[in-house]
Amino acid sequence: MSLFGDALAWILDGGHWGGPTGIDTRLWQHLAVTFAAVALAAAVAIPLGVLIGHTGRGRLVVVATAGAVRAVPTLGLLTLLGLWLGIGLTAPLLALVVLAFPSLLAGAYAGVESADRGAVDAARSLGMSEWQLVLRVELPLGAAVVIGGLRAATLQVVATATLAAYLSDTGLGRYLFAGLKSRDYPQMLAGALLVAALALLLDVALAFVQRACRGPAPLAPSDAAPEAAPAKG
Amino acid sequence: MTITRSPHRLRRVTAGLAAAAIGALTLAACGDSDPLDNSGGDSDTIVIGSQEYYSNEIIAEAYSQALEAAGFEVEEEFKIGQREAYLPDIESGAIDLFPEYTGPLLIALDQDATAKLSDDVYAALGEALPDGLRALEQSEATDQDSYVVTRDYADQWGLATIEDLTKVTDPIVFGANSEAESRPNGPKGLKSTYGVEVSFTPIDDGGGPLTVKALKDGDIQMAIIYTGDPSIQKNDLVPLEDTKGLFLASHVVPIASDDVDDEAAAIIDEISAAMSPEDLVALNARSVDEQLSAEVIAKEWLEDEGLL
Repeated sequence: MSLFGDALAWILDGGHWGGPTGIDTRLWQHLAVTFAAVALAAAVAIPLGVLIGHTGRGRLVVVATAGAVRAVPTLGLLTLLGLWLGIGLTAPLLALVVLAFPSLLAGAYAGVESADRGAVDAARSLGMSEWQLVLRVELPLGAAVVIGGLRAATLQVVATATLAAYLSDTGLGRYLFAGLKSRDYPQMLAGALLVAALALLLDVALAFVQRACRGPAPLAPSDAAPEAAPAKG
Repeated sequence: MTITRSPHRLRRVTAGLAAAAIGALTLAACGDSDPLDNSGGDSDTIVIGSQEYYSNEIIAEAYSQALEAAGFEVEEEFKIGQREAYLPDIESGAIDLFPEYTGPLLIALDQDATAKLSDDVYAALGEALPDGLRALEQSEATDQDSYVVTRDYADQWGLATIEDLTKVTDPIVFGANSEAESRPNGPKGLKSTYGVEVSFTPIDDGGGPLTVKALKDGDIQMAIIYTGDPSIQKNDLVPLEDTKGLFLASHVVPIASDDVDDEAAAIIDEISAAMSPEDLVALNARSVDEQLSAEVIAKEWLEDEGLL
């Protein structure tokens, strides 16, 4: 287990912190890439998912397409996008958006669908508009499921954001690529441990958010709704 | 012969972290004997390895087919990876014959080596190799890293050698595999040998299409591409002449274990002597442009040279 010890020592080495290639900088870059990819994907996927969940229209086509997108290998997509867009952050960011999209979409439509139909009908009979139904009834009731989708997408993206280093000087993936090719395994493992730690932190934080959403709702949705899509390998 | 795994190896596997261990396991799983067990018994079979690099695989194929035609029993362990991944297997004698490149191998074995010129490098390599391994005759064919720029960029600044880069007043962005950043022929070597300052950006496709696109887009001004790569001609790139020997001479050289006897070595030497630098680029071009397999390319070349 000396390799593990070496990796920890590598992380704790003060010389590896600070500066443009320091661990702190790489961590922030990694977080920023993750956040940007999830936010961009959410900006499209969540409204689309809510629309599908609310109206029930286009469900088959969109859900089948999103399911197929799950099978796209991110590294292959990244190379294709790179040949189109050139090096830099744009191509990795787009590839990560594609990765995050299906989980967010599934969470959004499942969340809205999971809202208790009786509650929705009651609200409608009170004279609520469709907008009010979505914002005041369906989304609050399904929030835990929507956040579940966000949680799954974030976990996938934070682990895969290492690929940003394939085409740009960004993120914790730099340690993985550099360590692998120069046989500097402590550095490589240190990078992997940092990614794992970051992923765990984000997941725990989102789990709290998810629980908070579920707690106060008087008409909690049944547990039958899919909580989170399984992470893609 | 069965594959016996010592507890020590199992612990390594359990750790599951070193790519070298994974590579070794893959080898063990492929052969009908444990190639890491070099304690005799399998000395009749010559295990030939190759890098995960199409050009290297073509050369390894040529060795393999020529030896097989001469009645030797060969086993192919191709596409193992980069030097970091397979070097332990060569040093342990798990692989008997491997097409290598003089300079880079010398540096991998002896980081303090100072030889730059081809004969010096070859001599130093002979001494740096561990017991039980020897370098057969080096070929004239070279495949070495070179700094390349686009034709437009070379014309704009009047560039022919690496030293000319000091004339460039714009910032130079240098793109290459991430490990180049810390290697002697990366930004540090450029600064200390030529006084050229560059910034670095990683493009991890080994001088492939993404690197060429970045050059053409102007995202980077300089990249590392092998001299043997047909894409240099195809994309009208200009390799900068290395007047001070920042890049080592890098001739194709077969590394052989004691399992390769004199008769086999003579066959391999014939191949090395027959392969010219132009031959190597032409072989590479057949792989890139015609998408032929290494097996076919090597076979046709051997036949053309009268070696098969």
